Amino acid sequence: MLYREAGQFKTSYAADQAMFPIIQDRAFIAMVLIIAYGVVPFWANEYWLQAVIIPFLIFALAAVGLNLLTGYAGQLSLGTGAFMAVGAYATYKITTIYPDINILVVFLMSGLIAAGVGMVFGVPSLRIKGFYLAVATLAAQFFIQWLFNKVGWFFNYNPSGTIIAPPRTVFGVMVAGPEATAQVRYFVALVFLTVGTVIAKNLVRGRVGRAWMAIRDRDIAAEIIGIQPLQTKLLAFGISSFYCGVAGALSVFLWLGSAETEAFDINVSFQVLFMIIIGGLGSILGSILGAAFITLVPIFLTNAPALLNIPFPTDLSKHIEEIIFGGLIILFLIAEPNGMARLWQIGKEKLRRWPFPY
Amino acid sequence: MKFRTLFLGVVGAAVGVTGIAGVKAAFADEQFIPMLVYRTGPYAPSGIPVANGFRDYYTLVNKRDGGINGVKIAFEECETQYNTKLGVECYEKLKGKGQTGASLINPYSTGITYQLIPKAPVDKVPILSMGYGQTASADGRVFEWVFNFPTTYWSQASAFIKYVAHEEKGYDKLKGKKIVHIYHNSAYGKEANPTLEALAKRYGYKLTLLAVDHPGQEQKATWLQVRRLNPDWIFMSGWGVMNQVAVKEAGGINYPMEKFVGNWWSGTDADVKPAGTGAKGYKSATFHGAGSGFKVHADILKHVYGGDAAKAKENNIGEVLYNRGVVNAMFGVEAIRTAMGKFGNKAMTGEQVRWGLENLNLTKARLKELGMDGFTAPVKVSCADHETGGPVLFQQWDGNAWKVIGKPLSPMVDVVRPMIEKAAADYAKENKITPRSC
Amino acid sequence: MDLWNVLFVAPFADMIGSPRFLLEVIIGGLLTGVMYSLVALGFVLIFKASGVFNFAQGAMVLFAALTLVGLLEHGVQVLFALAATGIIMVLLAIAIERLILSPLVNQEGIILFMATIGLDFVLRGAGQIAWGSNVKPLDVGIPDKPFEVAGILLNSFDLFAAAIAAVLVTVLAVFFQKTGVGRALRAVADDHQAALSVGIPLRTIWAIVWSVAGIVGLVAGIMWGAKSGVQFSLSLIALKALPVLILGGFTSVPGAIIGGLIIGVGEKIAEIYWAPPFGGAIENWFAYMLALVFLLFRPQGLFGERIIERV
Repeated sequence: MLYREAGQFKTSYAADQAMFPIIQDRAFIAMVLIIAYGVVPFWANEYWLQAVIIPFLIFALAAVGLNLLTGYAGQLSLGTGAFMAVGAYATYKITTIYPDINILVVFLMSGLIAAGVGMVFGVPSLRIKGFYLAVATLAAQFFIQWLFNKVGWFFNYNPSGTIIAPPRTVFGVMVAGPEATAQVRYFVALVFLTVGTVIAKNLVRGRVGRAWMAIRDRDIAAEIIGIQPLQTKLLAFGISSFYCGVAGALSVFLWLGSAETEAFDINVSFQVLFMIIIGGLGSILGSILGAAFITLVPIFLTNAPALLNIPFPTDLSKHIEEIIFGGLIILFLIAEPNGMARLWQIGKEKLRRWPFPY
Repeated sequence: MKFRTLFLGVVGAAVGVTGIAGVKAAFADEQFIPMLVYRTGPYAPSGIPVANGFRDYYTLVNKRDGGINGVKIAFEECETQYNTKLGVECYEKLKGKGQTGASLINPYSTGITYQLIPKAPVDKVPILSMGYGQTASADGRVFEWVFNFPTTYWSQASAFIKYVAHEEKGYDKLKGKKIVHIYHNSAYGKEANPTLEALAKRYGYKLTLLAVDHPGQEQKATWLQVRRLNPDWIFMSGWGVMNQVAVKEAGGINYPMEKFVGNWWSGTDADVKPAGTGAKGYKSATFHGAGSGFKVHADILKHVYGGDAAKAKENNIGEVLYNRGVVNAMFGVEAIRTAMGKFGNKAMTGEQVRWGLENLNLTKARLKELGMDGFTAPVKVSCADHETGGPVLFQQWDGNAWKVIGKPLSPMVDVVRPMIEKAAADYAKENKITPRSC
Repeated sequence: MDLWNVLFVAPFADMIGSPRFLLEVIIGGLLTGVMYSLVALGFVLIFKASGVFNFAQGAMVLFAALTLVGLLEHGVQVLFALAATGIIMVLLAIAIERLILSPLVNQEGIILFMATIGLDFVLRGAGQIAWGSNVKPLDVGIPDKPFEVAGILLNSFDLFAAAIAAVLVTVLAVFFQKTGVGRALRAVADDHQAALSVGIPLRTIWAIVWSVAGIVGLVAGIMWGAKSGVQFSLSLIALKALPVLILGGFTSVPGAIIGGLIIGVGEKIAEIYWAPPFGGAIENWFAYMLALVFLLFRPQGLFGERIIERV
């Protein structure tokens, strides 16, 4: 009864093509945004923002990026960590050479550099497909990690090879560095995620997104109807890597504060891939839900024994956490193999008929 | 369908309950010390004895002395898996706990230490990274909140060269000698390289650096290179499975084990046991005694384990890394005690503990009172010097146990200190820190 | 040109300069490659029969080795412990088939892949709860003595490992080619539905394949565990098998062996002759680059089934 499109007439093309054509959707999204911008930063404490929510936002951004490549364009990538590293190291280099450039602009510049690197490693996708394509992105993963570890120029020749986020202000507000408050960091991350999501959503609804999906579903057929595989695939690699690069820059400057290449190892690539599979391949919303699942559930499980006042030894509770987390993933896939986004859709269908059970 | 509903319910509940996680727990007149441990994951074999050492020493202080000057120690473990990201989460969770917040933090991971160094002055939580972390933080003028006494990676590397010179009978004999440094390809492993390179220029030995990638399960290429070079000495900065494999591989090419020296994170019981008899003769650096023959161990056995020797052994008592945990816990406790000497016998804040760390003066007499005479060397920290250049010991695996060999060697401060000051100045410049004057 | 020299002159001069060492490097590479193949085999078996890229193979190796060592520590005899671990792996395979594969039958590869990631978490946790996270020395009585033949250093353990791998591959090849179960396996690999329609019990076949993969995992665990002690890091060797798999093809048993040998020799030669001017430790990415070069010429892996594309 509550969620129905009946009676909502579209009188213009613009209304017909709106991102959220139904008023209930718009209301819901508005509510989420109001909570995210107006409630969370004032309600959550520093632990929550710094250790839980900011990493979630950053991984959500990376997951949106990977979903464009893997979910929409169908190109499997295990190089997310490397592309994030490119973003992070580029930001560090640019901002230490030119400390006066606005750091937010530097994030975007680093995204572009990551996009370039992503396109280079996307070239083999023209010949290699499926699981085998993972080799190209894995080569990127290991090569870039090695490069940033070995070549002193990337970390300004400091003895340990660790990059540290220097203090940076935007319009007089401390954004990066140890003095920046969690609220500010949260806002920056949130703005990047919001803008990134809106752009991604519109990309996949338009010509580019349709070309990606055509390539994903049958690349030869797509070629026959006039989609050029080279441009389309490389564009997917580029845009996806842009998102990952920005996410990597954010993760060093807003979340971790400092990083060595280990922070962007293959596990990060896998983690982001898990997010989009659990969330739903080919769904922007799914990327965000998946990021929430993979980052928030382990933290909940870690804190659960303390909340319930069960004094577990540290190691045992960690192992139980792993077992439960693994079990949840399996259960989830059995319950809904197409991810959380599909569950969301089913929920909406149900709502439409609610409370009548037909 | 029912199953799905149930499952969604569980997830919903999970998200709901997490919301309560941030609630602070209150402790009454207790000194809270957070513990970042790794009892699981790839580095657990090293993490378990360290964590047990910490836990047992804090328990000992509480049970034997009734706490630090009557203030009980409250401690809470948080599992990091030696993973920097989990470490940050743990730190954020624990830093505000207890009556006065975290009094000091022992990250036990170079990566986590790097994360925390910029945060320390802001959160007012001093870092005690004992013999690891950022070497430059030995310069107390720039790194007011970070302490890495009794000694650092760079000092250790210089002590290793000193040891080699000692074994070769003279610094002039170093000329033309081939020395290989096998290192974990990470921030931690690379630490010793600049010092070894600087000393190579001074003494004229031929240095070869061989990197081993994480995790280090497979080192055939490294050891083939070692076999071809046939170096006179090998120094290793390894960690986790890399150590065990390296010790095994060294035996596999018939390398003389007494010329193979690990740093102080590459010489514990778990590192040599998998290689069996092949590990006999392997050496490593350290900065505290080996074995469980000290008075502090007898106290732990009595007060913590109620005399149950088998249970104490099961909890790694007397193992190298266990002892390191004990020493580290002791340093923290004594710093808090020092702070109490100035600020009164109540729970100390991070700022007060920082003062305590900076004014820590552990004399031989005090160590004797603590049951650690001969176990670790006296330490006197100062405003400018957070390292103290404590002596480095060398120990050898005799097939059954680690034994300290030779006499303690003090590092080459004249070489290391200028390097530290330069690195600290670079750091200060990049991060816009004005060094305080001491 | 300095770079020219470093890349194209010095390494070859070095090789020709000491052929005996080159031979040693090649032998070392081959023997390492065999060790990679042991891990890769487990992946191939499962991918072949059920089309699942089994992320949990590393955890299965760890789980098997931990179980074996745990039993040995409790004073169980070697042969008996081996048998018991084998039985546990079979039971595990049956459980996996029941709880994970059956409910997900007919799903896409990537979904099954994700399910094995869940399995990976479960196995790591369970293995460590049961047997702890400490390093456990493993000695199954394989001699480990270095000796020299014509100036070339060999290790009896490495040779033993190679022999075991050879036996394993032969047995598997015979099993696949000659036995009824093996034929059924190949039929399932070709087409699930067609296999079902001619009366091949899919679920039994899957249980068998996962059991065999578990036992192959046990062998890999023993060989790797004897080097480093049995510990959590064993589960990470799966990463070393990835380039081998991609190079050899996911569906070919000989591919896993040949791929392992190529990767083993390639990365050792690169590391020893080309890496030093660049700071070393290039092995990891070099393996993938090598695989990438091969794939550009054969996109389905060296021995993979040919991809036929239709619109």
